[in-house]
Amino acid sequence: MQDILDNFFNWDVFVQVFPFLLKGLWTTLWLSALVIPIGLLSGLLLALWITHTRSRTGCWIANVYVDFFRAFPPLVLLILIYFGIPFTGWEIPKVMAVCVGFMLNNSSYFCEVFRAGIEAVPKGQTEAARSTGLTQWQTLAHVVIPQATRKVLPDLMGNCIEVVKLTTIASVVAMPELLRVARDAQSLVYNPSPIILAALMYLALLWPLVRWISVMEARRK
Amino acid sequence: MDVPRSGLENFIFTFFNAEVAQKYLPDLLQGLVITAALSVCITLSGVLIGLLLAMVRSSGKRWASVPVVMFADVFRALPPLVLLMVFFFAFPFINLSMSAFTATCLALSLVLAAYAEESIWAGLRSLPVGQREAARSCGMTALQALVYVQIPQALRVAVPPLTNRVISVIKNTALGSVIALSEVLNIAHSATSNSGNPTPLVLGAALYLLFFIPIIALARWWLETTWQYKR
Repeated sequence: MQDILDNFFNWDVFVQVFPFLLKGLWTTLWLSALVIPIGLLSGLLLALWITHTRSRTGCWIANVYVDFFRAFPPLVLLILIYFGIPFTGWEIPKVMAVCVGFMLNNSSYFCEVFRAGIEAVPKGQTEAARSTGLTQWQTLAHVVIPQATRKVLPDLMGNCIEVVKLTTIASVVAMPELLRVARDAQSLVYNPSPIILAALMYLALLWPLVRWISVMEARRK
Repeated sequence: MDVPRSGLENFIFTFFNAEVAQKYLPDLLQGLVITAALSVCITLSGVLIGLLLAMVRSSGKRWASVPVVMFADVFRALPPLVLLMVFFFAFPFINLSMSAFTATCLALSLVLAAYAEESIWAGLRSLPVGQREAARSCGMTALQALVYVQIPQALRVAVPPLTNRVISVIKNTALGSVIALSEVLNIAHSATSNSGNPTPLVLGAALYLLFFIPIIALARWWLETTWQYKR
């Protein structure tokens, strides 16, 4: 028991590394704030393209893109980008590599969610909107997208949480986010308490959101 | 000896180098075996633990369901990589060392169990109360009613989301490379540094696709044919 307290919940270590971990948490937060909107926007555009394009080839290509990047483990994608692209002679910056990797991966997932939402909006909504004189873009922006988003809000939130959890893989390319900072701190103090503290911080950040989604989904049924 | 190459030739030499690919393909295939074994272990143990937890939760006893809900919440909220690090780098400090394979398997099984419990529980909740009541009034015990009546029907609802979750969890086996588990990504990455050529990474990525695309296609086909039923 004392062993666990000393190694996992060592108060002195907690106090010592807390400021560093806060910095790491800040990196995690701004990284999430950067990649989530990119993923949401590209996913929405992709979903709109798939549901509204008249070109069969275009639709097929978009579907292949979605399936391709859903089959690709995100860590493999990130490592391929970050360690592969420099062989072309261009040192890709870390943030850029993370953003590109996350965009390719997340847009596919967000696209699937948005597509389900858009397909669940009755056709009559579009027809009614068009017949009142709204243009196609106005119809999408004011009628279809708001309703579609409301229908899939819990799934969108769930996906956003997955993205925040996924930012931990940026530690592999030495982005100083929460997990990376905790690992570095662990090797400095030779005590695993920083990792436990990081885990607790992730819990504090994400548990309320997970709970909230569970409540929303229970209410939806 | 260096013949000047055109841009395209250079690109192919760098990323699709047949010589390098041939050299490292056997290693990568060995890594793929580890990835596959890990996927099977995680799927079996994760779904099984999830099923048991959902059964415990359905007992309706507060002392039983609160810990299950907490378990499900914690393992859905924690990033899998963090769990992996805790198991592999922190547990040895309390004399609980484990191999990279065990740590990856354990961490991802727990994550999958948490999601499986939620899906199966949602399935159980969607059943009309009459199902359980009818089973009980036939003389079945609570456990019999659960196993023979409620769970089979709950699975109808739970399996489609569960299948997608299994796929997304076993994609995380690539995380094992971070703790030096010699699966595809780890081998590809070190082969790239050893050979100074990114072909093994490209090849590794291709192997992942060859592994996952059939699983995804099969799952889709299976869900659409076997698990679709008219309400």
